[in-house]
Amino acid sequence: MARSGPLRFQLNGHPVEVPCEEARVLLDLVREDLRLTGTKRGCDLGTCGCCTVLLDGRPTLSCLTLARLVEGRSVVTVEGASPPQGLSPVQKAFVELGATQCGFCTPGFVLTATALLRSSPHPSREEIERAISGNLCRCTGYLKIIEAIQAAAEVR
Amino acid sequence: MSTATPDAYRLLGRRIPYVEGPLKVTGRAEYTDDIQRPGMLVGRLLRSPWPHARLRSLDVSAARALPGVHAVLTGERYPTPFGVLPITHDETAIAVDKARYIGDIIAAVAAQDERTAEAALSLIHADVEPLPEYSDPRGGVSPVPEPIHARGLAGSNIQKEVLQHFGDVDAAIARAAATTRVRGTFAGVTHAFTEPMATVAEATPDGRLTVWSATQVPHYLHRALSEVLGIPMHRIRVIKPEVGGGFGGKSDPLPHEIVCAALAIETGRPVKILFDREDVFFTNHGRHPTQNDVRVAAEADGTLLAYDIEALIDGGAWSSFGTVTTYYNGVLAMGPYRVPNFRYKGRRVYTTKPPSGAMRAHGGTNIRYSIEVALDMLAEKVGLDPFALREKNALPPNSTTVNEFRITSTSFRQCLAAAREKSGWDRKFRQLPYGRGVGLGCGFYISGSNSPIHFTPKMPQSTVHLKVDMDGGIAVQSMQADIGQGSNTLLAAIVAEVLGVDLERVHVQRVDSDVSPVDLGSYSSRVTFMMGNAARAAAEQLKGKLVVAAAELLARRPEEIAVGHERFEIANDPATGVSFLEALHKAMESTGALTVSGSFQTKPVGGTFKGARAGTAPAYSFAAYVAEVDVDVETGEYRVVKIWAAFDCGRALNRLAVEGQIEGSIHMGLGQVMGESMNYRGSRLFNPSLLEYKIPMPQQMPEVEILLVGEDDPEGPFGAKEAGEGPLIATLPAIGNALYDAIGVRFTELPITPDRVLRGLDQRHAEHRSWKGD
Repeated sequence: MARSGPLRFQLNGHPVEVPCEEARVLLDLVREDLRLTGTKRGCDLGTCGCCTVLLDGRPTLSCLTLARLVEGRSVVTVEGASPPQGLSPVQKAFVELGATQCGFCTPGFVLTATALLRSSPHPSREEIERAISGNLCRCTGYLKIIEAIQAAAEVR
Repeated sequence: MSTATPDAYRLLGRRIPYVEGPLKVTGRAEYTDDIQRPGMLVGRLLRSPWPHARLRSLDVSAARALPGVHAVLTGERYPTPFGVLPITHDETAIAVDKARYIGDIIAAVAAQDERTAEAALSLIHADVEPLPEYSDPRGGVSPVPEPIHARGLAGSNIQKEVLQHFGDVDAAIARAAATTRVRGTFAGVTHAFTEPMATVAEATPDGRLTVWSATQVPHYLHRALSEVLGIPMHRIRVIKPEVGGGFGGKSDPLPHEIVCAALAIETGRPVKILFDREDVFFTNHGRHPTQNDVRVAAEADGTLLAYDIEALIDGGAWSSFGTVTTYYNGVLAMGPYRVPNFRYKGRRVYTTKPPSGAMRAHGGTNIRYSIEVALDMLAEKVGLDPFALREKNALPPNSTTVNEFRITSTSFRQCLAAAREKSGWDRKFRQLPYGRGVGLGCGFYISGSNSPIHFTPKMPQSTVHLKVDMDGGIAVQSMQADIGQGSNTLLAAIVAEVLGVDLERVHVQRVDSDVSPVDLGSYSSRVTFMMGNAARAAAEQLKGKLVVAAAELLARRPEEIAVGHERFEIANDPATGVSFLEALHKAMESTGALTVSGSFQTKPVGGTFKGARAGTAPAYSFAAYVAEVDVDVETGEYRVVKIWAAFDCGRALNRLAVEGQIEGSIHMGLGQVMGESMNYRGSRLFNPSLLEYKIPMPQQMPEVEILLVGEDDPEGPFGAKEAGEGPLIATLPAIGNALYDAIGVRFTELPITPDRVLRGLDQRHAEHRSWKGD
């Protein structure tokens, strides 16, 4: 762990090599150093889920993850979950069904939902609720988010 | 007439996805913390660890000397008081003589990075004299040794006292056949939006100051910056990026916004202040901890005779919106029923706690809970079904309340009918098995405050500008603040509707005081009604110009021209017409780009007595909710299974957004009932995190059936009224009354946690009162 050389990992499908202090947190690395600001800082304590990224495909709180731990692994942020043009099925469903309001929690939900549908293409409502229970949303009451995930599952 | 016919309009009334949705789902929407400026410094705030202390001196020399520190500010540099209400300016950007709560800002630092800024804060030494702590508002109603503010009423900590009496309440109670009384206790709750407050400020050598901030009301911030910093408004530019939720918590101009600007001026460098979650909790401005005492009197047949209300409201350290809060806790009891006699004594008391302020359904929530529970008790007492009691007393359309609120449209009776039928009330109420129950809760709310907070200069409440150039894109400029509620989408849809164009042709510009006409922003549920009307007026003007141009091209009179889809056509010969662009280019021949301005001003309504303006609105929303609950009588845990939400927002212009507002409101109301609470030990908040302050999980959300039954409001844009705050209010009493139906226990203290449920059951058993066979 005690390495001070450059950090190498796959970010949104591309190899990156960045200087990184030992104590640097993944959220800071992604948001501040690499300027991928789609990953949101909501609490810095692992309580809100706004900073969710996919680490080797699994939803992970980047504010509680030491950047050094992603050495050699794959990190996907919301920027990497979006096709170059247009929207992914999850994103499209979120837009069409009004699953965004203020939008601050949305990148985290999009990534959580994307990972869920990859591991469970046709999740039950209970599975969806469990999967998103680490992501807080104060605007929607979750109902339109759940609907959007269900709709995206049907499209797939 | 009814919103049941969405086809009345091409676009409005349908489900219109939010226009900025694609930016939000891809992470491309820009929030304040996403803004990066060259050479930007980090601003940090030193907060008081004392609930109440005189600041004898602050030694900042070591902090100033630390390499990497660019500025250290203390209170005396910018001592001009400010506040959201012009009549209660009792805040300063940084504490000047005293710290008034744990979390009060006592110094600020701008440094090259976070670590240096934190180190600088730790080097500031404060010499203080501790002062008495006042954490309980009951202790502040009479004179105290060291009032928190000099402006407290007669040496006490009372910030505002309201006494109102209409009719003769004592006489009415004396002749009443039935009275009920509820003494309600409500913990403070907070907005818990996901985006922490953030501000970026930059002072440039041309003498201008630019401030980007997560705010609901850019204009109030603009005013406060000017007043405190002593810079004319025209040299300050306020920009509102995307805002990650507000719910009232970003509607006051906040001290850190001014501090950030001051640091930018001091250092000549851009400065960012970003709150952590603890900062957000200590800044609070959430719903006030409240105690109320409500007496309701009625005739034997259930006809309401009087309300007698007292409220003691824990304000925290500042006034904020508190004067309004104090009025609202009484006057927002007036609807949706006819109440001929009314008395209210309300007091808001300063305490040495984080300030409370405006939170969604401001001032109307706690009092409504107590009223609706008292009415449930009254129905039982006089032997009426809860629906029948409400139907009997419902305010009719075009009526006036005893305190002279003007009621125009109300579909409250339709709300009652829909909620009763769809919920299956008649076969459930008192008939479900023990542990299961249904309850009714109702409410109403203002569609914007009829009187704007600022009266000078006198001008319309809302103004919208439209600019269209030869490219055919229509830019909407306004200072409404989209904070997620969908106001950008609403304005775009209104403009597109009037002009017959596709939504993608309309672009709502980011709020920027350099280009956006002044408006009072997003609070008090004013945007749809006021900005909507202003946008419509602007679009009608633009239409007028385009119709004249089209008429000229078609060699007809303007009266003969109709608006088609992306074209203008001859009304009785729709096949003959010109395209939108053809008409536009014709219209531009003499003037170039077209710009128009539409505005909205409220009509004078309400009485002339002191405080008569509080609670007046150009229209009101109405609600009747039924909740069904399932209680585990062994553990005290309960589930809200379903809510039937019958709501009158006039015509729903964007069904998707209205549903979103209702569902989100129910979630927030559910939180206040089931567990949200700002927990204090003395004056110290001890749950300042989203782990310890728990908002409801997805698993706790009930099924929600939305019943939109409103008829067109005569003055609302296309018949619309508000749907952003009113939908919260009825949630709480519907659940409270459902719990009574389920287990026979009245809950008058919120939140209703499982331990309180068990205690309630123990109490009922101790009183040997049986319920549904238990």
